[in-house]
Amino acid sequence: MRLLSFWMSHGEELAAMIERHLFLVLWSTTIATAIGLPAGIVAAHRPRVGRPLLAAASIGQTIPSLALLGFLLPLPFIGGIGPRIAIVALIVYALLPIIRSTAAGLRSIDPAVIDAGVAMGMTPRQLLWLVELPLALPSIVAGIRIATIVGIGTATIAAAIGAGGLGEYIFRGLSMVDSTVILAGAIPAAVLALVADGALTWVERRLASGRQRPSGSMAIAAAATLLAILVGTAAFGSTGSGAIVVGSKNFTEQVVLGELLAQTLERRGVRVTRRLNLGGSFICDRAIRSGDIDAYVEYTGTALTAILKQPVEKNPDAALTTLRNAYGRAGLSVLPPLGFNNTFAMLVRRTDAEALGLSTIDDLRRVEAQWRPGFGYEFAERADGYAGLLNAYNLRFSTPPRAMELNLVYRALAVGQVDVIAGDATSGLIKALDLRVLRDNRGYFPPYYAVPIVRSAVLLAHPELREALDQLTGRVSEDDMRALNAAVDVEHRDVAVAVKEFLQITLRE
Amino acid sequence: MVSDPVVSLVGVRFTYGSHLVLDDLDLAVGAGESLALVGRSGAGKSTVLKLINRLLLPDAGSVSVEGRDTRDWDPIRLRRRIGYVLQEIGLFPHLTIEDNVALVPRLEGWPLERRRARAHELLELVGLAPDEFGGRWPRELSGGQRQRVGVARAIAIDPPILLMDEPFGALDSITRQELQAEFLRIRRHLRQTMIVVTHDMEEAHALGDRVGALEAGRVTFARTALTR
Repeated sequence: MRLLSFWMSHGEELAAMIERHLFLVLWSTTIATAIGLPAGIVAAHRPRVGRPLLAAASIGQTIPSLALLGFLLPLPFIGGIGPRIAIVALIVYALLPIIRSTAAGLRSIDPAVIDAGVAMGMTPRQLLWLVELPLALPSIVAGIRIATIVGIGTATIAAAIGAGGLGEYIFRGLSMVDSTVILAGAIPAAVLALVADGALTWVERRLASGRQRPSGSMAIAAAATLLAILVGTAAFGSTGSGAIVVGSKNFTEQVVLGELLAQTLERRGVRVTRRLNLGGSFICDRAIRSGDIDAYVEYTGTALTAILKQPVEKNPDAALTTLRNAYGRAGLSVLPPLGFNNTFAMLVRRTDAEALGLSTIDDLRRVEAQWRPGFGYEFAERADGYAGLLNAYNLRFSTPPRAMELNLVYRALAVGQVDVIAGDATSGLIKALDLRVLRDNRGYFPPYYAVPIVRSAVLLAHPELREALDQLTGRVSEDDMRALNAAVDVEHRDVAVAVKEFLQITLRE
Repeated sequence: MVSDPVVSLVGVRFTYGSHLVLDDLDLAVGAGESLALVGRSGAGKSTVLKLINRLLLPDAGSVSVEGRDTRDWDPIRLRRRIGYVLQEIGLFPHLTIEDNVALVPRLEGWPLERRRARAHELLELVGLAPDEFGGRWPRELSGGQRQRVGVARAIAIDPPILLMDEPFGALDSITRQELQAEFLRIRRHLRQTMIVVTHDMEEAHALGDRVGALEAGRVTFARTALTR
């Protein structure tokens, strides 16, 4: 029921996501067919070339999708945030089934039929077009069908790099620990896959029966329809120029902060394009440096150690000065802090904290032999993350940490899969899942003040931007942030609505 | 010997891998003549046919068609002058009977109406009612019917030369005799130069004006060819 009302209230957004999803899959499958079909023909006719070709396509298929997106991000032309890179990744996955089924279809043709064609004086080209391709067509369509279905599934990952599509609901749902929102994206994706499967199976059967050859006019009509859809969705795929692009990382607080920047600008009449839920810090940093986004909110501690690879700085003012200098050289402006300090927090279940009398991180040494730590991927990797924590507190867990999606970590702690996690001090889930923050009694975690990062060129070109964003300086306290996070994560309120209400109170003039 | 042969092989040697298939083979077929070649399977019968339409080239010696070495022929032009009937027939499963028969005319750029008229004429000739069979698919026909279509397809543009590779080999003996008789009837209308290879001596004598035996890479002719 909640699912139905979610769809009802998000009808327009859902339609746009489905359209974007189809846009990604149609383009990638079409391009993959344009590449895979000739490659499959070569593979069938020249096994010596074909074998390495198939091997290469197989290897492409085995790369995990998130890893593939990571590889593609920094590349020129195809890299960067947005649909282009997602389409490239989807093409990589679509190639193998198309090449393989094209080659298999051609190889399975009765040799007598080929002999007859050659003996009657067909040129290789005539043989290909009049005999081989028509006979291999059902197999080729089967390959395209598989590629399409795989593409519809894989395209959900595209939301991780800001390409949009139904995956956005899935990622949003993960970050809100709300299975309704996950299903809101997963179910339409599954339905799309089933519909595509059914439609293409039908085409395949008709072709295989050999009864009905699509007449020339039918083929042209089909091609024209496909082209119309491609052109239609291509227009959708391009983002309007002139708008300020606001990005965010892929967790609730970041989405809230992205929405906060966006609405603050919109209240001053600035046109804004949202690219929220992009990915981790590194993805956002790359996106703003490449100009794919114009602004996002970063945390001082993250910027210093994870992005600039500088040593930890415990003094907030010194940290900010260092940041302003380094970012300034890259054409980026660091605006004054919004107010709250979202430092890392070591979290445990309240029941454990009370039963074992745990109140500080130091206390963890009492349980280090039995407890299982769990972290988001970033914390596990970063210098100011897990490794530094072990050093600072002289901790030695006997179980290696489990790394997982940041949003899953809280849930994993709540259900007892892990016993201690690193989370955000401002997370709305702390209260919702009945967790306790362990005090950082040795002052290990550096300050993580939230600061908007904006491209300097954009600030220069739009003076009203600076004015609008300066209104936020020092106006968002830790309590405010926790409340906003809880509104979204715990009360399942719409981000845009929660932010709007907050701004109405905060910026009331 | 045949004077002014349409097809002639002189001193032809052909090896398949290390296996010597044809060795110093001489053969000449005159215009309008029907030559039957018999031999065990593996004797090189099919190889002879493939050399004639340049699906293969000889290792030594020369193969000439209409007085020109096959090496000097454009293979496509050459093959359009030669009808070819295979034992496996090789009808195109994605084309109707009519379209199968009309395919070579289509490759030759004939207009649709002429193609259709020719296909009907040919189906009539091989004893298949065009209205009944023209729109069917190859898999809907019996083996004998399919082979009739194979013959019709091979002679669609009335090529001067017709090669047949075990044309009725896959059929049961009754259908086979029926088709042989039918074929002889057709042949009276056509008078193509024809080479048919078979492992069946009776079929060779039925279809050939002259019968040659292919053995150990060469052809020997029976002194007493049956005359009818």
